[in-house]
Amino acid sequence: MDRRAVYKTAWIGSLLLAPQLLLVFTFFYWPTGAALFWAFTLERPWGGGNEFAGLDNFRMVFSDTAYWGAVWRSMVFALGSTALAMGLALLFALFCDRQLRGYKAYQTMLIWPYAVAAPAAGVAFRFLFAPEAGIFAALNKIHPEFWNPSINGIHAMILIVVAYSWKYLAYNFIFFLAALQSIPRALVEASAMDGSGPLRRMWDIQLPLLAPTLFFLLVINITDSFVDSFGIIDLTTGGGPSKATTLMVYKIYFDGFKGLDYSGAAAQSIVLMLLVMGLTFVQFRFIERRVHYR
Amino acid sequence: MIERTPVLNLVTHAVLFIGLAIAFVPMWLVFVAATLSLQEINTPPISLLPGSHLWENLAEAWTRADLGVKLTNSLIMSVAVAAGKIALASITAFALVFFRFPGRMTAFWLIFITLMLPLEVRIVPTYAVAANVFSPYQTILDVTGLSWLWQQLTGAELALEWNLLNSYTGLVLPLVATATGTFLYRQFFLTVPEELMEAAKMDGAGPMRFFREILMPLSITNMAALFTIMFIYAWNQYLWPLLITTDRTHRGTAVMALRQLIPMSGDSTGGGVPDWNVAMAGCLIVVAPALLVVALMQRFFVRGLIASDK
Amino acid sequence: MADIDIRSVRKAYGKNQVVHGVDLSIRSGEFVVVLGPSGCGKSTLLRMIAGLEAITAGEIAIAGDVVNNLEPRERGCAMVFQNYALYPHMTVAENIGYGLKVAGLSKPERTARVETVAKSLGLSEYLDRKPGQLSGGQRQRVAMGRAMIREPKVFLFDEPLSNLDAKLRVQMRIEIRKLHNRLGTTSVFVTHDQVEAMTLADRVVVMNGGHIEQVGTPEEIYRNPASRFVAGFIGSPPMNLFDGRVTGPGEVQAHGIVLSVPHAGLKPGRPVTIGIRPEEVVLGAAGSNVASIDVDFSEELGSVRLLHGQVAGADFVIQVPATTAGPKIGRFSFEVPARAVHLFDAETGNRIGTAASGARAAA
Repeated sequence: MDRRAVYKTAWIGSLLLAPQLLLVFTFFYWPTGAALFWAFTLERPWGGGNEFAGLDNFRMVFSDTAYWGAVWRSMVFALGSTALAMGLALLFALFCDRQLRGYKAYQTMLIWPYAVAAPAAGVAFRFLFAPEAGIFAALNKIHPEFWNPSINGIHAMILIVVAYSWKYLAYNFIFFLAALQSIPRALVEASAMDGSGPLRRMWDIQLPLLAPTLFFLLVINITDSFVDSFGIIDLTTGGGPSKATTLMVYKIYFDGFKGLDYSGAAAQSIVLMLLVMGLTFVQFRFIERRVHYR
Repeated sequence: MIERTPVLNLVTHAVLFIGLAIAFVPMWLVFVAATLSLQEINTPPISLLPGSHLWENLAEAWTRADLGVKLTNSLIMSVAVAAGKIALASITAFALVFFRFPGRMTAFWLIFITLMLPLEVRIVPTYAVAANVFSPYQTILDVTGLSWLWQQLTGAELALEWNLLNSYTGLVLPLVATATGTFLYRQFFLTVPEELMEAAKMDGAGPMRFFREILMPLSITNMAALFTIMFIYAWNQYLWPLLITTDRTHRGTAVMALRQLIPMSGDSTGGGVPDWNVAMAGCLIVVAPALLVVALMQRFFVRGLIASDK
Repeated sequence: MADIDIRSVRKAYGKNQVVHGVDLSIRSGEFVVVLGPSGCGKSTLLRMIAGLEAITAGEIAIAGDVVNNLEPRERGCAMVFQNYALYPHMTVAENIGYGLKVAGLSKPERTARVETVAKSLGLSEYLDRKPGQLSGGQRQRVAMGRAMIREPKVFLFDEPLSNLDAKLRVQMRIEIRKLHNRLGTTSVFVTHDQVEAMTLADRVVVMNGGHIEQVGTPEEIYRNPASRFVAGFIGSPPMNLFDGRVTGPGEVQAHGIVLSVPHAGLKPGRPVTIGIRPEEVVLGAAGSNVASIDVDFSEELGSVRLLHGQVAGADFVIQVPATTAGPKIGRFSFEVPARAVHLFDAETGNRIGTAASGARAAA
């Protein structure tokens, strides 16, 4: 990326960078630093002093079974939604890329769900899966309590996984399709000349070449499932029933803003940050390798 | 390619049709629900064909959630976020790609590290900053003793305060303060042939002129892509507006307004079964602008998503 | 119009030196072509003249003024880039006139001058088009127009023809030379194509590895290459080069073949590189300096035929008229006229002069 043609007027360059640096400092570095500060101190929510608490906040968080419950549920949610959203997206993208008649229409329609706000998707699926009015309502008539996410925790988890995956299916589809389209046609044609059929080509040529995209999306999906699930949960299950859908982000919000336990919420934030950073780090390293791969 | 695979073609169409159904049927059922009366909707099985109550449901949702104000707020926020991103991202990327000066790489990393942590995971302290944007600077001045010095010199206490709660600025700024668009613009600028800048130099144009007259017009598509994804991103925000706007009647956004149509456990409405037909009508109204933007700008939307790698 | 003086100019990127002390004087109104393989520093030299690249050491003066610290726009140079670097969002007219706009000329004045330039380049019909709608040759003309309109003191060309197809390249080559004949502006033209260099240049500068190997008219460079590098680089097919040694006064030997040469003062036993142009040998045995070649492949090029084979085990190419009768493959005898033998020092690669040419080569 070393360019030979550049400007060397340092003051103009610095001036151009100033606004973003200022914003990033105010709304990113300072809050992140504050989270660290709070995580290691004990503070009264609205004013009052704060004292150094060492790792006490973390000890408190880690000894709380409710926290481990949230971690466990976040993992279930991450794996469930990622598997569902990526698996289906890959299948649809591979078939769409065969470019049979009408593929453009499929392509267009499969992108739209990503434009739907997560909370709106949540509300929609809450209705679709509502025990009294949704698609399972008829079955509930025959067999009461066959399906009821407002009472049954597993049903509630399935509900948010499905609603979330519906939106991310579109996201993954966009990326898979773009990656497939960037595979040189000549490769696929060469494989056809070698005598392989469409399915064999998918397996032998397209899937291996999709590996970088697969990996990239895997990381993105898991990361996003940790951070982007709030809207769906809040409007679909409200974390319930009896905390069955309280994931990590939701718990941070709940402890911080409803419970006013800033220190505990900060400690939880730090744990989540480390988790997300770890995942992103893996991805950055991987992207570097991808450059060599090309 | 000439290929006779009738069975596989059939399977392909079947699979894609299922995909289409997965994407489309939920939207269709939401639409149908928005056309039914309360009684119809609570009578299983779920209806697959629209009824006749669409307009009254839309009107009811509109007044119940005060959607006129909310949609306006959402629109203001989304346009401001998108425009702000474009302005900020383009000048930052311009400095990073086309200038060489000491500290540039440090700035580069300071900005790009922000891609690692989404707003949601640092939501509590960010909220605290929004309550007073100057609090970081006040703290710095206090700790370094500069405010004490100021007080000694002028006799007045130094108290910086700028509260962003319930303001558009507060809605917008933290959403703008990330590196998403900067990354996208940087990628684009790196593809601009170096000779173009050299030609501009030979033509006698300085850096700002080159930026304004050559780079900006060239990046129109890029701009459209960034605008589309940032508009959608901002429109669909939920957690941040929920926190920053305590005055929900005047400053709430459309997506937040869904709360008013759905009884929340713990809210004053006290749980229970919502009026699904009105709720779904509200859902339609809230989602429509974003869907419209994506439908019209699909090419840019896809391009923006892929180029920014989020 | 202006002369250009390049005095001990060096360019280094960190520790990596790409131009090692170049001295060159370009006379006012001269058309100089800088020729060399890729990576020889020729483009860097051009860009230092333009002011796009800082000069690490040494001086460049245009029309007598040292320009080391001047910005590109202050140097009075115009440049045509390899990929043309046309602004894709501007029309042809806007592209050509952009330099004038930056300089603050009024719109009517700009329009008038753009029209004049466009007319002289045959672009009048295309003024409203965008570069994307033009053919390669038309884009090339727009790039030239953009350079011409400012009536610069110096034209700089950075491989401007390399993106064109063969036919268009010949045509544009002629147009560029005609333009120069008409305007008489000092021009520096960088290329790796020897045909371009030979046909365009008043003088050719051959560069290799950051050094100037030779400066001279096309004829001088072809007739009396100053080094083994120039000898091998100029000429198509290239000169046959092989190692040998001096065996007596006016006599060299390689692979058992003895050649008498006009060079004087050769020390017996001195290792030399012997160079023979494929087109300067005479097929058929007559006189002295006779050798034989085993031809295993012959190439028809229309007017001439190339015979590829081995002379005493070393690869050798001979060029004969295509009308030459007889078999095309097999063993042939040929004569090397003594004046057609070039000798280079085996160690330094420098030309060893003959009594006649020595004086000229040294100058």
